[in-house]
Amino acid sequence: MSSHLLLLVLFAVPVSAVFAALSREEPREQFRTGAMMFGGFVAAALVLGWLMFPFPL
Amino acid sequence: MATKSTTAERARPASEPGTLVLLCLAAWAIPGAGHFWLGRAQKGVVFLVALTMLFALGLVLQGRLFPFDLSEPLVALAAFANAGLGLPWVAGRMLGLGGGVVTAATYEYGNTFLIVSGLLNFLVILDAFDIAVGRK
Repeated sequence: MSSHLLLLVLFAVPVSAVFAALSREEPREQFRTGAMMFGGFVAAALVLGWLMFPFPL
Repeated sequence: MATKSTTAERARPASEPGTLVLLCLAAWAIPGAGHFWLGRAQKGVVFLVALTMLFALGLVLQGRLFPFDLSEPLVALAAFANAGLGLPWVAGRMLGLGGGVVTAATYEYGNTFLIVSGLLNFLVILDAFDIAVGRK
């Protein structure tokens, strides 16, 4: 349980699901929004991780 | 042809003040209970499963259920956030769970999971309230 990526995924799944259910009414829309949000979580973490790779200089 | 119902057309299942208080208490105690009460079972299931899972993961990751220590404002705020999850939080406190292991690599992750689960339940309570008064 010490993989940062695994922990990120474990965090992103329920948080995306809750926000999707709060913001959309139809299950199909909820699924789409939740999937996009989850993808955003993971993609943002990977991009930020790469951007921070050279630090500390 | 079926049309999408507007907010005004929808029934208001719980618009009495006393009922609203009970609804919010139920929504606080059991994540998603407010939505079950209002007939939105699908959302209720999502909230129940997701928030309980987030809370349980926080405990597994050795996060801490913070005490209400007003001399430490950030600890008190974290305790308030933890308390947002209702009965799982009460049960965790009564069973002595959530002691927090500061030296564990996952301690801060666990804290984040526990705090976010409580804060998200506050949003869920507000959503149930909005539905009950006809705003959604």
